[in-house]
Amino acid sequence: MSSKMNQALLDPLFNNNPIALQVLGICSALAVTTKLETSLVMSVAVVAVLALSNLSVSLIRNMIPSSIRIIVQLTIIASLVIITDQILKAFLFEISKQLSIFVGLIITNCIVMGRAEAYAMQNRPLLSLMDGIGNGIGYAIILILVGTLRELLGAGKIMGVVILPLVTEGGWYHPNGLMTLAPGAFFLIGIFIWLLRTWKPEQVTED
Amino acid sequence: MEYYLSLAVKAIFVENMALAFFLGMCSFLAVSKKVDTAIGLGAAVTFVLTITAPLNSFIYDIALKEGALGWMGERFETIDLSFLSFLVFIGTIAASVQVVEMTLDRYAPALYAALGVFLPLIAVNCAILGASLLLVERGYGVAESTVFGFGAGIGFALAIIALAAIRERMRYSNVPAGLRGLGITFIITGLMAIGFMLFAGIQL
Repeated sequence: MSSKMNQALLDPLFNNNPIALQVLGICSALAVTTKLETSLVMSVAVVAVLALSNLSVSLIRNMIPSSIRIIVQLTIIASLVIITDQILKAFLFEISKQLSIFVGLIITNCIVMGRAEAYAMQNRPLLSLMDGIGNGIGYAIILILVGTLRELLGAGKIMGVVILPLVTEGGWYHPNGLMTLAPGAFFLIGIFIWLLRTWKPEQVTED
Repeated sequence: MEYYLSLAVKAIFVENMALAFFLGMCSFLAVSKKVDTAIGLGAAVTFVLTITAPLNSFIYDIALKEGALGWMGERFETIDLSFLSFLVFIGTIAASVQVVEMTLDRYAPALYAALGVFLPLIAVNCAILGASLLLVERGYGVAESTVFGFGAGIGFALAIIALAAIRERMRYSNVPAGLRGLGITFIITGLMAIGFMLFAGIQL
């Protein structure tokens, strides 16, 4: 693997993380992370769509007239998302019910559009594929971290297995209900960004 | 009438697009640095939502739903095209945004100039597609969708304008270096979401 490919794959993990630095794809990052299981499924779905959309856009990048490129990109992405949605409905029906509209919202997930527009339109297919996988994993890292913390602190479980026995079931842990609700997700991502920027101070922005 | 009123109030406060459903977060965070631009985006989102929600609901009812094509004859009664809804909805939204843009440019140039770059960007705002998918999931009719779309837009506008106002004031605060910008914005949004949770118990 050449260094350029390495860079395309590894850079988005922490140095240029789609959620923490590029501010892309936050809607679903917050909404599906109440449980680790849904976070994992969502991560896999996004990595798949992102990698394939980057690859397909890059393959036909020289044939797309720039005036209609947004529609072309949207059509490619929407078709990929439909396939993903059908696969989820066929094999993981329970989880696809819980994810509800958020699988469909991968279409407008700015990560996918953003990478297609910013990277795949200018780069070779293989590089674009790597960039798609890298950004997908960068997105997945945050999703899984937030999902684990929210499920652990909010319900005392991970993947449905009891880790911290709850008071209501004879244990000692008082669940933090805030974590399962919307604000908990905002706080966790805020704190995560804080930690990341303390570790890598060059990402700090003013204002 | 009362039913529609309560639907609107629910869409604005209880089920606030940005703060309860996390929809349209990207532009919510990116365009909330100044109150002026936030008002522009809020108005544009409300406008487009009010148009696309009933339109998509209508299209779903007459063409995509299982058995919806029955009006074309008996042979079509068993067809279920609902898997195509993503593609059709995003097409409708992109087309409506384009039409709205051209209409405004022709008849209301002042408003068009004020909305500027936000108008085309709305096509990829999750709040718009999210509203369409939600109303299909809940089985709203065309009238309900209009009210729901309008309410959701107002709710989004309210939240983004409030956040922009708070962020303008943040300039006077001494925020830790790593938390500046995006980090503190998340924390503020979280606090606002707690505030909006108070509406959750309202029954109309």
